[in-house]
Amino acid sequence: MKTQRLYIDGIALWSHALPGWALAQQALRGEPVAADPPVARPNPALLAANERRRAPDAVLVALEVAAAAVAMAGQDAATLPSVFTSAHGDLGIVDALCSTLATNPQLLSPTRFHHSVHNAASGYWAMATGCRAASSAVSGFEASFAVGLLEAGTQAHTDGTPVLLVGFDTAARGALASVNRSRGLLGVALVLTPQRSSAASVFSLDWAFAAGTGALPPLASAAAMALADNAMADALPLFEALAHAEDTALTLPLGPAGILHLRTMPQPAGAA
Amino acid sequence: MSAAAGGLPSRMAPLDVTAFTAACAAGIGVDALAEALAAQRSGLRRLPDCENAPEWAGPGAPVATWVGEVATLADMPLPAALAAWDCRPTRLAWQTLQRDGFIAAVATARTRWGAARVGLVLGTSASTIGDSEAAYRHLDADGGFPPSHRNPRLNTPHALAAFVQAALGLEGPAVTVSTACSSSARALASAQRWLHTGVVDAVVVAGVEALSASLLHGFRSLSLVSEAPCQPFDAQRRGISIGEAAAFALLQREKDEAVRGGLQLLGYGEANDAHHMSAPHPQGLGAEAALDAALARAGVDAAAVDFVNLHGTASAANDAVEAALVARRYAPTVHACATKGLTGHTMGAAGLLEAVICLLALQGRSRAGTAHTEAADPAFGPRFAQQLRLLPAVGPARLAASHSFGFGGNNCVLLFGTGAGAVVDAGAGSK
Repeated sequence: MKTQRLYIDGIALWSHALPGWALAQQALRGEPVAADPPVARPNPALLAANERRRAPDAVLVALEVAAAAVAMAGQDAATLPSVFTSAHGDLGIVDALCSTLATNPQLLSPTRFHHSVHNAASGYWAMATGCRAASSAVSGFEASFAVGLLEAGTQAHTDGTPVLLVGFDTAARGALASVNRSRGLLGVALVLTPQRSSAASVFSLDWAFAAGTGALPPLASAAAMALADNAMADALPLFEALAHAEDTALTLPLGPAGILHLRTMPQPAGAA
Repeated sequence: MSAAAGGLPSRMAPLDVTAFTAACAAGIGVDALAEALAAQRSGLRRLPDCENAPEWAGPGAPVATWVGEVATLADMPLPAALAAWDCRPTRLAWQTLQRDGFIAAVATARTRWGAARVGLVLGTSASTIGDSEAAYRHLDADGGFPPSHRNPRLNTPHALAAFVQAALGLEGPAVTVSTACSSSARALASAQRWLHTGVVDAVVVAGVEALSASLLHGFRSLSLVSEAPCQPFDAQRRGISIGEAAAFALLQREKDEAVRGGLQLLGYGEANDAHHMSAPHPQGLGAEAALDAALARAGVDAAAVDFVNLHGTASAANDAVEAALVARRYAPTVHACATKGLTGHTMGAAGLLEAVICLLALQGRSRAGTAHTEAADPAFGPRFAQQLRLLPAVGPARLAASHSFGFGGNNCVLLFGTGAGAVVDAGAGSK
């Protein structure tokens, strides 16, 4: 396919050890960062305190990075279409759901059930921001970030609109940990736009789908390697490239027989 | 003009629907489904209790309800070459793919465009969760999954799409869309964007949802499951009947010389309620925004729509909001129907299954009715009572809409028509 050009106006990342893009940017460049104690849970200001207590980790981390990326882009969250991607959704919720169903299904709670839908984070984001624009929830196993990028990118091009892309995965819990290797909590977000904004665009992002197979590019930083067991790890090579703020080409696997060619270039005026 | 600017999307080029197939409790394959729709023959059965309960329902006290179960799944495993994928939802997908010449149509597209130029977008809500549920019922001594279930590729939402991609030999991008009950309707929106952007030249869109204990007990926990067969839009409606289904369609760009009478996706609209996780917006704002976007992409007026397959779950809230929307926006003469009394609510598969029911209406094979409903709830007013058709009708529809509204306030509306408005041969079949 013909290469398509998008611009990146907002970038966010959250993990227990790197709770925000400013810190993550340094760590993903391989620079030492202050060894603060890890943060247990994201604390998105969009949710009321009682909602924050009840919300699953997946929802918290998704809303945290979504809000940070939209703020950096200077966009209005209430009108922005969004794509939420996750390999597995919230594995703690899946574990609790399956345990209850195996032992006493009558005890399944309605809240746990609606938290188990893959679009829970998308639904909470729409409610928290009052946004009625299209909001999708997708999955692609080990290529979940790449499929999310494909979904958000094709939407930005087709509708000529900025699109919020959010990727997140959680740690496998209980019996699920024997079959699912996702560990830790990771959230990433980008605001992608089809038109360059001199005020907000920090990178251009060229992308094209092609036939072929390829492995995920190797990670360079210890900080990224520490997150490589999370199921959203296919986002890390691109976020390392964004942290370095250099002209970078990379290739992400997109399923068993396809690849996504990416090239990022810093944009002078918007560079922070 | 972009939707983000608060305006409506611009008109899209129609897409050709060059093949489709479906299976559900009402019928396996489109011929059986069309016959069931024409005869208003419901596939719902009372869920047996105690030792007669099906494996998928899991343990625990029985749930008094009716379900739309596909009867051929329990005893027909996948072929040996695909055995690693064997579970109820992959069996459902596999058996459905064998129908209506669908595999041959995909093979033709693969040959024409190349395997890497044929994409897959699969909508499902719970995917293979039933397999994880079964593993939790038989945990190993170490507290982990039993060896027979330790398959990371099977215990993940993308498992069904990965299976279908392998079964069809596709090498283009494959994405799972999982937005609850609008999942497979939205798959068509993704397909349009991929084709528009030039990522691929053909897209297999799919909706697959198998029955599982999560669905049964999840909806029971919300007091949304009816003890009797569901009665959409009836004053006596008491909730949903859960069901299972698979549906597939092959989408390609419109041919230069439009196929006379060919089925086409004319528009889609997606919007969020931004209101509640499991209840619709009381004024149906998200649903109406989805309808407006679909009409804008198709370049048609709501008054021109003559067939609507409603979301029509028979939950108290959905039906009240949707009836008001239909009365507000569609012509009094529109043929509106709710088919979940025939098929059950097939969740993530419902969007594409009901799109297939729209295609059958456009082909003149049957305009479906609304099974089990004795009369529209008088609270919805006389205009809606005229619009809601209880009985099936003959004669082709010209412009068909399908509504799909899901948890998380996720709404999608699809619009289908026939190429160049040509007269449809009622005997044209499904290919």
